[in-house]
Amino acid sequence: MNSLFYVPAAVAVISTILVITSLNTVNALLYAIISLLSIALIFFGLGAPFIAALEVIIYAGAIMVLFVFVIMMLNVGPQAIAEERQWLKIKVWRGPVLLALILMGELAYVISGPSRGACGLTINGPKQVGMVLYGPYVLGVELASLVLLAGAIGAYHLGRRDQPGESDRGQS
Amino acid sequence: MAAVPMEHGLLLAAILFALGLIGVLVRRNVILVLLSIEIMLNSSGLAFIVAGSRWVQPDGQIMFIFILTMAAAEVSVGLALVLRFYHHFKTLDTDRANTMRG
Repeated sequence: MNSLFYVPAAVAVISTILVITSLNTVNALLYAIISLLSIALIFFGLGAPFIAALEVIIYAGAIMVLFVFVIMMLNVGPQAIAEERQWLKIKVWRGPVLLALILMGELAYVISGPSRGACGLTINGPKQVGMVLYGPYVLGVELASLVLLAGAIGAYHLGRRDQPGESDRGQS
Repeated sequence: MAAVPMEHGLLLAAILFALGLIGVLVRRNVILVLLSIEIMLNSSGLAFIVAGSRWVQPDGQIMFIFILTMAAAEVSVGLALVLRFYHHFKTLDTDRANTMRG
């Protein structure tokens, strides 16, 4: 039962160390995705399946895709194709694939093994989370919507192109 | 949280937070700095989940949802800033932006 916690914890620590030590940005991004997936597995083991799904969908899906978009946008140029061919080398994705295979083997072991549900944990599913989220924490939901609105407006304002008239002084 | 002691979960969160902090302090690529900030936010969320699982309450998961929302807003603004940074300085080195009036 404890291997549902300790194996993903080891994978998370190793992949995070590789994130902050890798020189290639795309390589670091792959290791960060592995770290997030292993933490999602830890959440699943801790009895929070809804949060595990959110971690995979939003963190490893949406936020990391944003990072990939920005890296791709910053590499427009004649050297982009050569860099992309360099990223597809086996050296780049060998480590993340290895760590992901560890997580996948862990998942297969948990699903197929007879020890399913023997963790003794109380599972707080989406229903309990939703009841509390829209009960005592409804003001927090409103504030979160304000934060998201501010983030969207800020990203739109910062991401627009400079107008021709204000480019001399509007370099913010 | 019967199977795993709570201290181990909190220790894992502390290790991941420390690694993210080292990444912020050491790396000079601005995208990797943002990535390290994401790691730190994620580890704090892990601490919330561990505590919520310890006391069998869904409040830790609520806090994780709020952290997730804040991280999404932060990373959208941060990556827009990265784009402006790159168009202005033609590099991703944060040491190039050491003056206020760039």
